[in-house]
Amino acid sequence: MSVRGWLEERVRYQGVETFLRHKEVPRHRFAATYYTGGITLFFFLVQVLTGLLLLMYYRPTADAAFESVRLIMAKVRFGWLVRAVHIWSANLMVLGVFLHLGATYFGKAYRRPREITWLTGGGLLVITLAFGFTGYLLPWNTLAYFATQVGTEIAGDVPLIGRGLLVLLRGGENVTEATLSRFFGIHVAILPAVTTLLLGLHLLLVQVHGMSRPVAVPETGSEPFYPHFIMRDVLVWVVLLGGVAVLATLVPWELGEKADPLAPAPPGLKPEWYFLFMYQALRMLPARVLWVEGEMIGVLAFVLAGTLLILVPFLDVWAKRERRHHLFTVAGVVAVLFVIAMTVLGLRMEF
Amino acid sequence: MNAGVVEPPGKMGRRRFLDYLFGTSLAALAGAVLYPILHYLVPPKVKEVTTSSVVAAKAADLPPNTGKIVAFGGKPAIVLRTPEGEVRAFTAICTHLACTVQYRPDLKHIWCACHDGHYDLHGQVLAGPPPRPLDAFKATVRGDDVIISRG
Amino acid sequence: MSPVLVRRGVFLAGGVALFILVLAGRAAAAPPPDSCVGCHENLGDRLSKPVAGMKDDAHAKRGLSCASCHGGNPARFGMDAHDRAAGFVGVPSPKQTPQFCARCHSRPEVMRRFNPKVPVDQLARFLTSVHGKRLAAGDPNVATCTSCHGVHPVRGVADAASPVFATNVPQMCARCHADPARMGRYGISTTQFAQYKESVHGQALLDRGNRQAPGCNDCHDNHGAVPPGVTSVANVCAQCHSATRDLFVRSPHKAAFDVLGEGECTTCHGTHNIVFPTDALIGAEKPAVCVRCHPAGSSGLAAAGEIRLRLERVKTAITGAETILARAARAGMDVSETELDLNEARTQLIIARAATHTAGLPAVDPPTQAGLAAAGRALAAGQAAIAELAFRRRGLIVALAVIGFVAVALWLKIRELEARTHP
Repeated sequence: MSVRGWLEERVRYQGVETFLRHKEVPRHRFAATYYTGGITLFFFLVQVLTGLLLLMYYRPTADAAFESVRLIMAKVRFGWLVRAVHIWSANLMVLGVFLHLGATYFGKAYRRPREITWLTGGGLLVITLAFGFTGYLLPWNTLAYFATQVGTEIAGDVPLIGRGLLVLLRGGENVTEATLSRFFGIHVAILPAVTTLLLGLHLLLVQVHGMSRPVAVPETGSEPFYPHFIMRDVLVWVVLLGGVAVLATLVPWELGEKADPLAPAPPGLKPEWYFLFMYQALRMLPARVLWVEGEMIGVLAFVLAGTLLILVPFLDVWAKRERRHHLFTVAGVVAVLFVIAMTVLGLRMEF
Repeated sequence: MNAGVVEPPGKMGRRRFLDYLFGTSLAALAGAVLYPILHYLVPPKVKEVTTSSVVAAKAADLPPNTGKIVAFGGKPAIVLRTPEGEVRAFTAICTHLACTVQYRPDLKHIWCACHDGHYDLHGQVLAGPPPRPLDAFKATVRGDDVIISRG
Repeated sequence: MSPVLVRRGVFLAGGVALFILVLAGRAAAAPPPDSCVGCHENLGDRLSKPVAGMKDDAHAKRGLSCASCHGGNPARFGMDAHDRAAGFVGVPSPKQTPQFCARCHSRPEVMRRFNPKVPVDQLARFLTSVHGKRLAAGDPNVATCTSCHGVHPVRGVADAASPVFATNVPQMCARCHADPARMGRYGISTTQFAQYKESVHGQALLDRGNRQAPGCNDCHDNHGAVPPGVTSVANVCAQCHSATRDLFVRSPHKAAFDVLGEGECTTCHGTHNIVFPTDALIGAEKPAVCVRCHPAGSSGLAAAGEIRLRLERVKTAITGAETILARAARAGMDVSETELDLNEARTQLIIARAATHTAGLPAVDPPTQAGLAAAGRALAAGQAAIAELAFRRRGLIVALAVIGFVAVALWLKIRELEARTHP
């Protein structure tokens, strides 16, 4: 009996293989967008691997965190590489998530019957940003310490639940060692567990429903998901792997100074680039609008926008009739331009 | 695979060659990825990970009325045993112009060679230009080791 | 009368009585009226100034009054208060001033009532000083107690507004000693303050407020002010610069300067114009001070040159290490541990510089060697960091080659697959 026969008898994989062979990936003008999900998944897998390696040496206490990261960078062989890849892959994963969001939104992949895929994707977007936010604090350096303080402060501005949210995130009233413990637990245990569930469901549903075709775009053919599309996907992954290697080696990330809670906040404090658009928008609001604090209005606006985005499959009733309504396209374009403009402004403005 | 289609022999050879090529390249990639990972997992030889405590000396290497300069948190520290046998530790950075102080067994106290600064065995300034006393660290003897830590 | 009214009346009477008692008590506790103040504050100009000044006076704060120093009877009014029978002295002349103040300030049994630690030898020292001697010889134009300490108010030495507060002393001495009109008749130079202001000690004391730095009184003595003799001034310097002095007495210069009558420290470093010494001060060519005495080609000058060479070598080694470490740090390498070695090197350089006072290589060589060794270790660490950077780049090339290999192989496979399934 062959190896395949031995495996088939015990694992019964051939049903899956047949299914995969029958799945077809449509070809059309925007077929390149089909790679955005795989790219994000690739970077996530890199994060899992490098994250597990970092866990071997990282220590999550205020005393030792900074020094353990310095140890990884200076003393552990290839530690500099693992850390640099982890940081670069994190940033690229966030970029990938945003690209994937754009592709699925403008392609209206959320329409019936893929609403749950969209919802799980929305959850994964929030989780990715949460990964970034919690992971940023872990080296316990000055920039991260104060960025966390500012970020959780803004979270505290959300109406009703804000105060409770702030205390829950910080593990207390202020950013302390308790916050570090909490963020560490969230980053290496809670978020990965939730990701496994959501990502598993998300990928399963993608397989079940197949690739969505953008509304009113003609198909020029198709190719089998396995092995053709998968091989192309892997090729993209291999090229990206090379890109990450180059970035990790030639463009290092600084460790900075160890966080000193008693020192004043350094000038030029900015959140990570993927939060910059929100931060910049909040900064530009006037201090008071009528009787409400300007920042509160901004936070509410973002919460509202996020809610609308999550609910778009149920709002876009035209999509399930395979029709494009300009309202959603325009809203999407405006949102993209807004985010890009705010990010650019945030990068250029001296804080 | 497309069952039932018989491949012409030339194409079969080419296909097998490409499969070999691909397989080899994957093996090389696996090696290139595993090499740093395996090296990474081997722990480095370091004396300390945190800067909050360090083994300064073996207790036997520190008889009464001697002192030693050690590194602590990237900066010099002095660990000494008084003539009465008590172990103490201070920063070795002189508070005058940051020279490294030393223990003088003949004077039985701490001295800075640069500008003749004298400190007693509590780090207080006895004579000379230093404006402030030396900051003290906690020094404990655990088994064979003398350990310095930040109080 | 109703019981209510009686009660009210008793309370009222009692309250009034209490009130009168309190007033009387306060009046009894008050000091008797001081007619000195009452009279003088209305006399205007010169005669009322002392009254205003007594607000901040150290004597007044301790309960002393006009009569405590000037005598007289403040209980009487008008010119009756100037009662010679009650010890009225009036304004003492400059010649009388030292004895005037010494009536209390030289007597331990008086001073210890106020501050047991305050010295009582000021008059004795003053009489040995140039000021005191000239005063005794009949010159009224010299400094007496009130010239420096002020009068109405006299402020304590620890009072930052006092002319004798540590950072105010040079300015105060300069009032006379930088005035050519005053000093001309004595033939004393008036450049000291201007020189001192630019000097290391002057900048430390006057610009940075560092009271460890010497002012005029620290070298010249305050009450016993004399210029220290040329041959004994080194003892003054050695009060603070003890280690340097210990090194100097080991040098051949000590015996030579004793014979020549040269000041030990001042010959090379100056007196009031002491500047921060740089390595340029020692060597075989100008601006080194060695060339002032040692002729060209002499062994002494050669030794000076050798010593300077040692210092320069250590400095070059330290700078070299710092440069390469900065390069490594900029490229993202962690070089924090090399700080220890660099600190060691810098310390040894300071020790070597101090050792130059022995004017001999045996004392300069050991710290030089140690400094070079430490700088060498730091340099090696920096070079290792740069080498590691190169290793990483080479590793990247290898990794990219492998990745490229995989990509090409995969791409060929895809093309082959397409050709096969979609001919």
